[in-house]
Amino acid sequence: MGHKTCFHCGLDSSSSEIIFDEKSFCCNGCKTVYEIFSVNDLTCYYDLQQAPGATPKDIEVKYNFLENAKIIEQLLEFDDGETQVISLYIPHIHCSSCIWILENLNRLNPAVSSSIVNFGKKNVRVTYNSETLSLKNLVTLLSSIGYEPFISLDDYSIGKKHIDRSLIYKLGVAGFAFGNVMFLSFPEYFQVGEFWLEQYKHLFRWLMFFFSLPVVFYSAQDYFVSAFKGLQSKILNIDVPIALGVVVLFIRSTTEIIFDVGSGFFDSLTGLIFFLLLGKFFQQKTYTFLSFERDYKSYFPIGITKISSEGNEESIQVYDIKKGDRLLIRNEELIPVDCILIKGKARIDYSFVTGESKTVSKQSGDKLFAGGKQLEGSIEVDVLKTVEQSYLTQLWSNDVFKKNKELSFTNITNSISKRFTMAILLIAFLATAYWLIFDSSKAINVFTSVLIIACPCAIALSAPFTFGNILRILGKKKFYLKNASVIEQLAKINTIIFDKTGTITANKETSISYEGSQLSIDEESLLKNTLRGSNHPLSRSLYQLLNEHDIVSLDYFEEHLGKGIEAVYNNRKIKIGSAPFIGFTSNTTTLNTTVHISSNNKYKGTFTFYNKYRKGLSKLFNNLKNNYDLVILSGDNEGEKANLKKLLPTKTKLIFNQKPEDKLEYIKYHQTEGAKVLMIGDGLNDAGALAQSDVGIAISENVNVFSPACDAILDASKFDQLHHYIKISKSAIKIIKWSFLLSFLYNIIGLYFAITGQLAPVVAAILMPLSSISIVAFTTIATNIIGRKLD
Amino acid sequence: MSVIYILLAISIVVAVGFFIAFIMAVKKGQYDDSYTPSVRMLFEDEIVKEKPNKTILTKKD
Repeated sequence: MGHKTCFHCGLDSSSSEIIFDEKSFCCNGCKTVYEIFSVNDLTCYYDLQQAPGATPKDIEVKYNFLENAKIIEQLLEFDDGETQVISLYIPHIHCSSCIWILENLNRLNPAVSSSIVNFGKKNVRVTYNSETLSLKNLVTLLSSIGYEPFISLDDYSIGKKHIDRSLIYKLGVAGFAFGNVMFLSFPEYFQVGEFWLEQYKHLFRWLMFFFSLPVVFYSAQDYFVSAFKGLQSKILNIDVPIALGVVVLFIRSTTEIIFDVGSGFFDSLTGLIFFLLLGKFFQQKTYTFLSFERDYKSYFPIGITKISSEGNEESIQVYDIKKGDRLLIRNEELIPVDCILIKGKARIDYSFVTGESKTVSKQSGDKLFAGGKQLEGSIEVDVLKTVEQSYLTQLWSNDVFKKNKELSFTNITNSISKRFTMAILLIAFLATAYWLIFDSSKAINVFTSVLIIACPCAIALSAPFTFGNILRILGKKKFYLKNASVIEQLAKINTIIFDKTGTITANKETSISYEGSQLSIDEESLLKNTLRGSNHPLSRSLYQLLNEHDIVSLDYFEEHLGKGIEAVYNNRKIKIGSAPFIGFTSNTTTLNTTVHISSNNKYKGTFTFYNKYRKGLSKLFNNLKNNYDLVILSGDNEGEKANLKKLLPTKTKLIFNQKPEDKLEYIKYHQTEGAKVLMIGDGLNDAGALAQSDVGIAISENVNVFSPACDAILDASKFDQLHHYIKISKSAIKIIKWSFLLSFLYNIIGLYFAITGQLAPVVAAILMPLSSISIVAFTTIATNIIGRKLD
Repeated sequence: MSVIYILLAISIVVAVGFFIAFIMAVKKGQYDDSYTPSVRMLFEDEIVKEKPNKTILTKKD
């Protein structure tokens, strides 16, 4: 059988026999999407990018909550009764084909009047006529072509979000003024005593004054605010000397033109602020499609089905759930509240909450906790607690989630700024004192000159440009940082704590071993054919493992929920499932997941599922062991302890059975002992630990989907590169220290002019941009060199 | 030489004009998404391929 891939989604399609239009598809879903596109003449979707699609999922009832007017009202950006506008987050957006098809939605449904994709944010803004197309139908339409929007409790008031564009405005104003002032002050640089220039220089100077007004009072206001706040809390942050420099520059320049003693330093003033804002803008690189602030709200659905006392189904908001309500939880739905199981069999995946990968079976009357995902059929439950009071959500009332990590530590620039500011003030006063004795007419000139030339523009630029560039380099390597301060924190780390399930193990892959008597060819063929009919995740992984066999149609097949499968073919009976189901009493209790097999009521053997560890795990730990304390902190049982001991360096601490709060407390305790903790986790159960640690990294197989609140998101495929990333952050700190040294050199040159009382505007106008630009060039080149070492 | 007043006035008017254009562009959200438009402009050619007699089919039962 030749290897074929699905024309729509690119998955392997050699085992399916779906051929349409001479193209092969992996499933009917993909074929249907192709049909829709080809009938509507939208096939250039496939010309732009090969196999761009995603398999559509069956979602008929999933979006029933979009019929609830109150929920719709919260989601919409605009609504005048007829035209509605909504922004939908679609994780699948990944290529130009996606943009093309989503912007041509009106050809699939004419009620859509416009749809605009924002690729960076992975969302689409759809304007549609609500009289002919309801929101639910729009979402269903998107899902049917494989672009299922992700709507969570987080979106609840999305329509009212305000975009902050003030930095762009400030930068624009500063740039505009800088250019014009530079232009107007040009004649004065050459000090030509030309008659007409003499005539008009007053006009030029006053024009410069007016251009610099918005720069000082609007563009620079953040620096004044920050300096003021710093002084209030008795911290000499870097914005103090900057604000001081700006004020002195402005006052001295203004007095100079009023008393006609000189042309002032308006060019340096506007240039300074322009460069500073440019640095800020550069550092402000954010990954708009990632969210670092997620809490349980991003996981939870907005609506849920309530069964009224008359037995009618009704979609209600999650926040409207009251104690005592009867809810219907469908297959694959998340349980939003603590409740009691009333009807149906529950098989719940609690990996979000506990990190434990094994699913739990529950009988009616058992208590279910919020955050679990139902995996088998639908169940009915009675609500015990509301959303805010449920077990899982209470984790978020812990204080760590309110603390702002960024504010609680002194960054490298501010720690140098304290000594720098002191030194500058000292020099300024000493120089003034000297001139007061020898030539008091120059004293005030020298005092202001020192403050002007010492304005730490280059120092303030070092960190933003270095970190901004590092942020970009790491982003390209699929390590996404929340902001620049994470790099500094990362460089200080001395303890690394790993979660187990999903962090050092791969979520999707398991390794399976078989113990027992050898299966005959017939038995193996029957086993494979039986597993083919089952959708249970364990059946699927086992099916993948077994050798290829001819497809036969079974005489009898039955799947017993939560127990196992039974099948008959040619008078041979096979039973696959849990030990009690096949009538085998296991004498060795193993903590790992097992599947037992019996053939013709005779016990054959056991398949044991082991976690598969990520590629390069031992290598990574060996690379890290010399410099860091390593800990594995797992919510799982001890089933893997022996296995892990073999894999990891001997000094790695292994701690099991940790609840989310235990993990948080463990980190807190070690921090009080001076540990700088890097926590690497994946699930909601690590959320507390990620927030408490100095740096919390969430590891994710698909960065677009889920990750708890954290400081950085690491793509799972780059897990074995972690030690390189930590090394880079250390090099970044080194680069910054070197560029501080460089800018001190410029300051010494500048101070020479200032102290000797010969600081002319043209010197300032050359020295300031020169120092800033050379710092930017130095940091950019240096970071690119260390970035190149990464591959 | 008083013509310089006129020249200055003109140059400032032009500069302010561009400045206002910039502010308006920011306000309209042109700087919010700096990637998608670069892809979108390449689509123009494909969309012309449209046939006029197509029927509209949506996946609704």
